[in-house]
Amino acid sequence: MSDKHTPLVEMRNISISFGGIHAVDNASVDLHAGEVVALLGHNGAGKSTLIKILSGAYRRDAGEILINGQAADINNPRDAKQYGIETIYQTLAVADNVDAAANLYLGRELRTPWGTLDDVAMEAKAREVMGRLNPNFRRFKEPVKALSGGQRQSVAIARAILFDARILIMDEPTAALGPQETAQVGELITQLKREGIGIFLISHDIHDVFDLADRVFVMKNGKVVGHARTEDVTKDEVLGMIILGKVPPGAVPGPGAMQEA
Amino acid sequence: MAEATNVNRAAVSTPAENPMKRLLRATELDTRLLGMIGAMLIIWIGFDIFTGGLFLTPRNLWNLSVQTASVAVMATGMVLVIVTRNIDLSVGSILGFVGMIMGVLQAEILPQILGFEHPLIWVIALAAGLLLGAAIGALHGSIIAFLNVPSFIVTLGGLLVWRGATWFVTSGRTVAPMDATFRLMGGGTNGSIGATWSWIVGLLACAAIVAIILNSRRQRYRFGFPLRPVWAEVFLSGVGCAIVLVAVWVVNSYPWPINIARNYAEANGIAWPEGGLFIAHGIAVPVLVALAVGIVMTFISTRLRFGRYVFAIGGNPEAAELAGIKTRWVTVKIFALMGALCAIAAAISTARLNAATNAQGELDELYTIAAAVIGGTSLAGGTGTIAGAMLGALVMQSLQSGMVLLGIDTPFQRIVVGIVLVVAVWLDTIYRGRSR
Repeated sequence: MSDKHTPLVEMRNISISFGGIHAVDNASVDLHAGEVVALLGHNGAGKSTLIKILSGAYRRDAGEILINGQAADINNPRDAKQYGIETIYQTLAVADNVDAAANLYLGRELRTPWGTLDDVAMEAKAREVMGRLNPNFRRFKEPVKALSGGQRQSVAIARAILFDARILIMDEPTAALGPQETAQVGELITQLKREGIGIFLISHDIHDVFDLADRVFVMKNGKVVGHARTEDVTKDEVLGMIILGKVPPGAVPGPGAMQEA
Repeated sequence: MAEATNVNRAAVSTPAENPMKRLLRATELDTRLLGMIGAMLIIWIGFDIFTGGLFLTPRNLWNLSVQTASVAVMATGMVLVIVTRNIDLSVGSILGFVGMIMGVLQAEILPQILGFEHPLIWVIALAAGLLLGAAIGALHGSIIAFLNVPSFIVTLGGLLVWRGATWFVTSGRTVAPMDATFRLMGGGTNGSIGATWSWIVGLLACAAIVAIILNSRRQRYRFGFPLRPVWAEVFLSGVGCAIVLVAVWVVNSYPWPINIARNYAEANGIAWPEGGLFIAHGIAVPVLVALAVGIVMTFISTRLRFGRYVFAIGGNPEAAELAGIKTRWVTVKIFALMGALCAIAAAISTARLNAATNAQGELDELYTIAAAVIGGTSLAGGTGTIAGAMLGALVMQSLQSGMVLLGIDTPFQRIVVGIVLVVAVWLDTIYRGRSR
């Protein structure tokens, strides 16, 4: 079904290297509107690096990025945001010493007609968004560093959805969370998917994301091993792709697939 | 006095809770800032006792305020520099160079073009100084941000370069005198606004304090945030106004020197009274300049997007960059602002000395950094306040003035200031460790 339309995002033949090491080598992935694509692989497989190219944190050495079939020129995080790409980083990229509202609007502050910060309006909107996301959240006046991991994650997610993202990138979204908060994030992803947002989930743990994802891409040593629809493969088969690079019959092999001897 | 009675009232109303704790909680005052004020009062009273009452006199306090102005102005900018995990070692040299250029402009170049004591001379000199200071700062900032040279090295280089350049302008010759209007920025008998205007400024400040407290209460009420108890609001307004009015009263109690007053009386045809003529100094112009800088810098750092970015970068540079903040440009702007503040400080100190010398501002970088750090700016980045830094400058200057009054030798003064700096930061580390 997904192959009939133009993909929302298509990354073609992306390569990047750091000091002679090919962190990402000739990788191609795609994402459709209203679809959840999981990007799996061991730590160091290159999945975070690949996605940081999409979010503008790294500049690619080769390859192209298409958004809705149009070549997109993404050189920094601001460019990515212009294309509606929002990212929630593994390290929870929040500014520790300012409060939740300030973090939500960081880089895109609301201002009064006099050009000063409109903290009241920002806090009111922050309360509204956070109320939808995490109704128990009350600590709006405290620096983010005083919050728990789950609360910081809510702030990071709220920031991403606040500005009508079309493409959401979540790097290890549940790594820092407890079971209840993980379930909340799962519900949130389902809800965002219904709204037609395309979501990249990045994880090294297949159990975190298998049930949420429509398709999986597996990476190993900077190369794409293969991709598959989650209904066509089992968790064990995907694990085989992650660990050995062995591509099961239900999956499409990529350049990183193990060569049969 | 007002403070004591209010504390007592709080104690009476709640016998159960520690009255001091209750007071702090209700007023939401920054305990760290209060600690600094307390330390300063101890220093003041201590010096007053040891000097036999020489320290807490209107004359000494007035001088203290004028002497603090220059470093206090630079300390406000140093806060932003240190908050973003940078340092600026070049401020003293920038002060020297910009002061020298302003001095040469108004004493040697402009009088030849415009004529001696032309009313525009001070305007042109000051504007040129501000532009030059901002340009030097922007140059430093650009090297730090775009060429990725650490700020410590760039400004260490700047310290040497601009000090050398200061000497080069006049081959080491001292330039004097300054333009008469320009000199007002340095304080002195003429560079003060007198009793009447001081009271007007004081009353305006009181009105502003009350207005700010009322406005904040209205905002909190409108959005259903918790309110401070009414007695706490009244207490805060009362203490704020009392401090302002006492300060004005002190500077208004310092009369003009008798000879200047006599000349003034003769010039204006006033009969010389029996007990001498009492003409008050009032608030000195450099102090007004420093206070204005403090207010503007507080506004910039808390109400403008630029200030928000400065603190966000200090808290987590990577997050700020990923949020789409142009962190490099913010760095350039911070250093340009620091340079402009050096120019203001240069104007104050050249005007006060009535000369530009090639040693002007030497060691000021260290006093400025010390003031910011004593005032609660963390070298780890992310935290610091403008008011704290200005208070830090006042504490440093109090120590120095007190030791001068005690007749302590300059080398020993430096030893004491150095030890106090280390101890103050150590105490602050303990305080921060506890509050975490």
